[in-house]
Amino acid sequence: MSVGVIVAVACASALLGIAAGYWLPPHGRVPARERREGENRRILLPFTGEEISRRSFEAAVRLAKAEDAIIMPAFLAQVPMSLPLETALPVQCARGMPLLEAIEQRASSQGVPVDSRVGRGRSARDALRKLIEQEHFDRIIVSADEDPRAGLSYEDLRWMLDRVPAEILILRPAPQDTRRISIGAVKGHF
Amino acid sequence: MAVPDEHRRGRLKVFIGMAAGVGKTYRMLLEGHAEQEAGHDVVIGLLESHGRAETAGMAEGLAVIPRRRMRYRDTVIEEMDLDAIVARRPELCLIDELAHANAPGSEHAKRYEDVEAVLESGIDVLSTLNVQHLESLNDHITELSGVRVRETIPDAILGRADEVVLIDLTPEALLDRLRAGKVYPAERIDAALNNFFKIENLSALREVALRQVAEEVGAKRLTTELIGSREESLAAAAPQAVGERLLALVEPYPGTQRLVRRAWRSAQRLGAGLDILWVRPPGKDLSEQEERSLMALRQLASVLGARMFEEESDDLPGAVAELAGRRGTTYVLIGRSRPPRGLGRLRTPLPQRLMQRMPGVDVRIVADRSLRPNGENGEGS
Repeated sequence: MSVGVIVAVACASALLGIAAGYWLPPHGRVPARERREGENRRILLPFTGEEISRRSFEAAVRLAKAEDAIIMPAFLAQVPMSLPLETALPVQCARGMPLLEAIEQRASSQGVPVDSRVGRGRSARDALRKLIEQEHFDRIIVSADEDPRAGLSYEDLRWMLDRVPAEILILRPAPQDTRRISIGAVKGHF
Repeated sequence: MAVPDEHRRGRLKVFIGMAAGVGKTYRMLLEGHAEQEAGHDVVIGLLESHGRAETAGMAEGLAVIPRRRMRYRDTVIEEMDLDAIVARRPELCLIDELAHANAPGSEHAKRYEDVEAVLESGIDVLSTLNVQHLESLNDHITELSGVRVRETIPDAILGRADEVVLIDLTPEALLDRLRAGKVYPAERIDAALNNFFKIENLSALREVALRQVAEEVGAKRLTTELIGSREESLAAAAPQAVGERLLALVEPYPGTQRLVRRAWRSAQRLGAGLDILWVRPPGKDLSEQEERSLMALRQLASVLGARMFEEESDDLPGAVAELAGRRGTTYVLIGRSRPPRGLGRLRTPLPQRLMQRMPGVDVRIVADRSLRPNGENGEGS
C-alpha cells in the first residue's frame, strides 16, 4: 500500500471524526426532550392542598417505573363564584406551585419523568373534569383521605369512578401512615 | 386671575391610596388651598367627606359647586353637576372618587367620564382613587381581600394622568385612625375591622399600590424617552425601569413548566411582573405532545397571572430583545439549552447573544434538577 493511500485514509478518518464530533450531541446522548414521549403511559396525580399523601406519590412512582410511564401531578385550583373563571389565582398558587415543584424534584430524582398540569374550576371536581377533557392519560391515582385539606372528597371519588374513562387507583386510608409530601420538601432555591 | 384655555386639555393629577382613610381627599384639599393661595381660581366640583370632621374642616374656604339633584325610582340622588363646572370655568377643579358610578340617567355612566369632559374644557383636575378600583387589579385584590369592588376604572385613565401621587400610610397607622373614628362613624367601625380592614388585607393592598405607582412612573419615563429620542432603543431604556419585570423563555415541552414556576416565584419575591415568551420558528409544525405542552403552558400562565407571548421568528435573541424592550424587562430567565449540533457549535451560546442584544438586562439560567446527582436532592418530609 502506498504512502499516499495511507495518508488519504488517515485524513478521511480524521475528517470523519471531526464531523462526528460536530454532528453528534455530547457523549452520544439524546437530550431528554427529544425522546419520543407520545408512547409513554401517563399517570395523573391530582391534588388540591399544600400536601399529598406519600403513599399515593410512592404508588405513582412504582407504577411509573414499572410501566415506563410519565407522572402528571396536577394542581386543582378552585375559583370562587365571585370571580371570573379565567382569573389569576396567586394566593392558591403560592401553595400549589411549591408542592408541584416538590413532587417534580422527588420524582425526577428517582428517574421518573414528570409533566405537570394546573387545572382550574369552580370546585376541585370541576377543575378535574376540565383537565380530563383536555388531557390524555391512562391512570389516576388518588388517596381516599379523611382529611378534607388533602383534596378530593368521597363524593368526588365516586364521581370519578362513574365518569372518568381511565383506570382509577384509589388508595385506602391508612390512619397509621401519616407521611405526606408537603411544600417543605422543596429543595434548593425555589 | 387666568381663565382656562378651551383649546388646551386640562392636567389631571390623581391621589392614589391603598384604601379609604389614608388621607387622599385631605391631601387633595390641601393642594387646592395651596393653589388658591397662589392666586388660582379653585373650586370643589365634588367632595365625599364621609362625615369626617377633618376633611370637612379642610374644605372650608374653597368655593363649592352645588350638586345636581336627580330623581331615580322615588329617590332623590345627588351627583356632580358637570354642566355647572364647565360653565363656571375655574382653573382647577377638585373632584373626589374618580371611580364612582353615576346614578342612572346621568349624562355619563362613570365619574371618570365626567372628569374627561372637564379636562377637555381646559380645566385642571385633582382627583382621588383607591387602588382596588383599577380594572386590571380588581380580580387580584378580590382574591387577596375577599371583597369585590364593583366600581372600577380602566387602567388607561390612570395611565393618561399627568401626575399620580401615592398617599401612603402603614396598615397599623390606618387601623389606629379607623379605631379612633377618623375613617368611619362609630357604628361602622366593628364591621370594617372584621371585613376589609384586616392587617393582612391592608399590607397586600399597600404593596399593590406601591407597585402600581412605581410601574406608572416607569412607563411614563419610558414613553417620554422614546418620544424625546427616536434613535434610542427600547432595549437600552429598559434596564433603567423603576419596577422589575421578568421574562421567561419557554418551549413547548414538559420540563419548561419548571422554568415558569421558578420565574413566577422569583417575580413574587421581587414584586415584579412576569411575561412568558415562546419564539416559534417560522413554519414549525407542532407534534401532539408539543400542542399539549403549549396548552398547559398557556393555562399555567393564566393561573399565575403571567402574560404569555408567542412570536414567530427565526432570530431568537432579536425577538427576545424586541419584547424585552417593549415590556421593560429587567430579568430574562432561560432553561438549559439543547446541546449544540453541527455548525451550531461554532455559534455564540444563547445567554451571551442575549446579553449582547440587551445590555443591562440580567440573564439567568435555570438549572434542570433532574440532572442533579441523587444524593444532592435528598429526602424531604
